[in-house]
Amino acid sequence: MENKKATIILHSGGFDKIMSAFIVGSGFLSMGIPVTIFFTFWGLNALKKGGMKKAPLSRMNMLGLGKAMILRRMKRHRVASLEVLANSYKRLGGKVIACTMTMELMGIEEKDLREDLVDEYGTVGRYCYESKDATITLFI
Amino acid sequence: MQHTIDSEVDCIDENCPMPLVKTREAIMHAKKGDIIRVKGTHPQSFEEIPMALDAMGLEILDKERGEDVWNITFVVS
Repeated sequence: MENKKATIILHSGGFDKIMSAFIVGSGFLSMGIPVTIFFTFWGLNALKKGGMKKAPLSRMNMLGLGKAMILRRMKRHRVASLEVLANSYKRLGGKVIACTMTMELMGIEEKDLREDLVDEYGTVGRYCYESKDATITLFI
Repeated sequence: MQHTIDSEVDCIDENCPMPLVKTREAIMHAKKGDIIRVKGTHPQSFEEIPMALDAMGLEILDKERGEDVWNITFVVS
């Protein structure tokens, strides 16, 4: 769709929040609307190698018991895994920016992040430049 | 109405957001004029795939809800 564009800031690192970012992102892409997700602060953990697997639920995690229950229920209700959702987002052309300021703060290097997911490295300027003509922006 | 289907997208037993995702992927790989049929069981997708097609300005040729499985047929333009 012409003149439409969505940008999302993923600031949270909870399993459920990462899931929401990829699902909503894929929803826009499914309608032909380009999407960029800016991964910053705790959200950056999603891009780390093995990070999505380790991500706890943002609420009711209960030392992993809550997450184990959600994973079982996702299977039962045939909800796609986080890995499948992330790959779908990429296959539909979704763009991923990793925040380098957060990387410095947290001692994360490029080699720690998944190169199959990250398109660009940058800070707020790159996010705002992408967003200046976005018609939809979300903060998760 | 019978249409010659160029590609079929199987979303049976798939939950949100995969029917939308698979439909979009089929469109990305299709040629102009191709007719695509999506079949699935997720009730909301029967309403929401037409919303996505509307957003992209694609024309629905046929839409039918069976007892378990629904079908949506549309043309890529």
